[in-house]
Amino acid sequence: MAAEKMALAKAINESLRTALDADPKVLIMGEDVGKLGGVFRVTDGLQKDFGEDRVIDTPLAESGIVGTAIGLALRGYRPVVEIQFDGFVFPAYDQIVTQLAKMHARALGKIKLPVVIRIPYGGGIGAVEHHSESPEALFAHVAGLKVVSPSNSSDAYWMMQQAIQSNDPVIFFEPKRRYWDKSEVNTEAIPGPLHTARVLREGTDLTLAAYGPMVKVCLEAAAAAQEEGKSLEVLDLRSMSPIDFDSVQASVEKTRRLVVVHEAPVFLGTGAEIAARITERCFYHLEAPVLRVGGYHAPYPPARLEEEYLPGLDRVLDAVDRSLAY
Amino acid sequence: MTVESTAARKPRRSAGTKSAGSTAAKRTGAKKSPSTPGSEPELVQLLTPEGERVADATYDPYVADITPEELRGLYRDMVLTRRFDAEATSLQRQGELGLWASLLGQEAAQIGSGRATREDDYVFPTYREHGVAWCRGVDPTNLLGMFRGVNNGGWDPNTNNFHLYTIVIGSQTLHATGYAMGIAKDGADSAVIAYFGDGASSQGDVAESFTFSAVYNAPVVFFCQNNQWAISEPTEKQTRVPLYQRAQGYGFPGVRVDGNDVLACLAVTKWALERARRGEGPTLIEAFTYRMGAHTTSDDPTKYRADEERESWEAKDPILRLRTYLEAAHHADEGFFAELEAESEALGKRVREVVRAMPDPDHFAIFENAYADGHALVDEERAQFAAYQASFVAEGEGE
Repeated sequence: MAAEKMALAKAINESLRTALDADPKVLIMGEDVGKLGGVFRVTDGLQKDFGEDRVIDTPLAESGIVGTAIGLALRGYRPVVEIQFDGFVFPAYDQIVTQLAKMHARALGKIKLPVVIRIPYGGGIGAVEHHSESPEALFAHVAGLKVVSPSNSSDAYWMMQQAIQSNDPVIFFEPKRRYWDKSEVNTEAIPGPLHTARVLREGTDLTLAAYGPMVKVCLEAAAAAQEEGKSLEVLDLRSMSPIDFDSVQASVEKTRRLVVVHEAPVFLGTGAEIAARITERCFYHLEAPVLRVGGYHAPYPPARLEEEYLPGLDRVLDAVDRSLAY
Repeated sequence: MTVESTAARKPRRSAGTKSAGSTAAKRTGAKKSPSTPGSEPELVQLLTPEGERVADATYDPYVADITPEELRGLYRDMVLTRRFDAEATSLQRQGELGLWASLLGQEAAQIGSGRATREDDYVFPTYREHGVAWCRGVDPTNLLGMFRGVNNGGWDPNTNNFHLYTIVIGSQTLHATGYAMGIAKDGADSAVIAYFGDGASSQGDVAESFTFSAVYNAPVVFFCQNNQWAISEPTEKQTRVPLYQRAQGYGFPGVRVDGNDVLACLAVTKWALERARRGEGPTLIEAFTYRMGAHTTSDDPTKYRADEERESWEAKDPILRLRTYLEAAHHADEGFFAELEAESEALGKRVREVVRAMPDPDHFAIFENAYADGHALVDEERAQFAAYQASFVAEGEGE
C-alpha cells in the first residue's frame, strides 16, 4: 500500500495496526476498544487480529486505564490508551498530571514513559455534554507531556506512528468531527517531525494559525477570502506542546498579521500563548495585534447552540477583516 | 460530639493479646461486630506481644525453615531501620531535612513483608517505606534526597526494583497493577507488591487497582499498613468495615495480620506472593499496626489522639517482642545485641554525614529530564536561563 484515500479514523486504525505489527510491546487499551472497535470504530478489527492480550478491553475506570498503562510502560510496554470522549479524561487527569508527566524527571531520566493517550475531542457532532470539549491547553500547560492533534488523514497516520515511538508521554487529540473526512495517505512517504507546523496554503496578507478540527474551517475561510481578493496563509500547528513558534514567526514576518483559531475557550488558551510569544518575537513586524477566535468562557453549550459557540467561517473572516482594518 | 468521634478517641484493646479463650473471643467478636473497624481484630499472629511463639496451621509452613541467623537478621533490619528513621527525624529537627515521614512502630510490617520479596519482584511504595527500601538494598541515604529538597525522587527504580516514593495517595497501586499485568504478559513468575495506608483505602485509585488486578488476575499483593491514622483522621473515618474485608467484594482474598509481628508479616506476605506467582491473582494484606510518631514532622499527634492509645501500642512494640523471643529461645546473645548497637550508631553517623554533605543540585537540573526526547520550549527557556546566569558571572568578572 502506498498512497490511498482514507477517512481520518481509518488512518488512525491503519497506523495502530502498523504499530501493533511492528512492535510486540505496543498495546491498545480502553473501554470498548476490543469487540466493538471503540465507539468511533477507530480500533475496529484490531482485537480480532492481535488478540485480547494486545488490544485490551478495560474496566470503566479512566484513572485505572492511565495508571495501569504507566505500570505497563514501567515494565517495558508501549501502551496506547483510548479515552472515550474529551470530557471523560478528567478522572484520569490526576494520573496524567501528577504521575505520567513527572516520573521521568523524578527518576533522574532513568525510566521512560512511552504512553500515548488518545482523546477524541471537540464539538460539531451534536453530542450531549462532556462529549464536545477541547481541553488541550490544560495538558499543554503541564511540563512532561507532549500534546498533538492531526487535521487530516495523512497526519493522523504518521503522527500516531511518531507518538507511539516517542519516549515521552503524548496526549493525542483526535478531531472527532473530522473522523469521516477522507484524504490521501501515503504510508511510504517519509513524514516530517511530529512537532513541526506546516503551511497548508500560502498567502501574503495574513496568517491563520489553527490545528485539529479548525484547520478545515481556516482553509475554507482562506478560499472565501481569495474571492474577495485577500491572500491568507493557513498554518496547521499540529503540535500544542511544544508549539513550533519558529514556523509561526516565519509566516508572520511575511504576512505581518496573525489570527489564531481554535475551538477551546479563548481565555488562557493556546491562542493566548501564541499571541504573547509572537508579539515578543515579531513586535516590529506586526501591522495589527494578534487576534484570537475560539470558544467562550462558558460551559460547552447544548448541541442546538454549538454552531453559535464554535468558530465558523464567518467568525474567522470577521477576525480577518478586523486585523486588516488596522 | 458524635458517637463516632468518641469511639475514635477510645484506646484500642491489645491487638491479639494471648489469653484464655482468645480463639473463641476472636470468633464471636468477628460475628458480633463485623462492621466495627476498630474492634478486636481477627488477625494472623505468630509472635505474641510478650514474645511467645504461637502456632498457626496455615502460615507456619512459610516460616518453618527459618534459621536463628535469619531471625537475627530480621531483628537487625528492624533495629537499623528504626535507627535510620530516628536519625532522619533528628536531622529534620536540626533543619537538615525539610520534612520527614517517620515509620516508627511499623518496622515489623515493613521488614516482614520486604524480606518476603524476591530479587526479581517489584515494589511500589508510598513515601514511608524506609524499611522496605532497606530490605531491597536501597541505600537509605538515597531516600533523603527528596526530603532534603535536592531532587523529587532521586534513584533509578530498576536498580533494586523499588519504585520511587509516591506522594499522591494511592496512585502507585495502579502502577503496581499495570506492572503486574506486564509480568503476566511476559510469562514471568515474579510478583509485585504495592504499599499503601488505611487513608489510601478511601481513594478511587485503590478501588480501581483492586478492580483491574482482579479482572486481569494480576500477580500483585496489596499491602495496606493500617497504622490507624491518616494524618489526624482515624480509620473509622475511612471505612465502616475492616479493611481486609474489602478484598472479598473484588473477588480475591483479604487477610489481616498483626502488623507488629515480623514473623507473621513475613509468612503472610510469602503466602500471598506465592499465590501471585502461581497465577492465582491478587491478595490484600492488612497489616494492623500503629504509627507511633506523627504523620510527618509537620503535624502534632497530641492534638488529635490520646496518650493512652500510644501507650497501649508501645506494649506491642515489634522490636521488643522479637528480642524477647530471641533471648528466650537462646538464638542471640549479649554479644549480638552489643555489636548491633555499635552498627546502629555507625549507621546514624553515616546518615548524618552523608546528608550534611549532600550538594545542592546544579542550577540547570531544573530543566534536566523534563522530557526524554527533548522539547523546544524547554530548550529555549534553558538558553534564557543560561544567559541570565551568565550575566551575573560577567558582572562579577568586571569588578
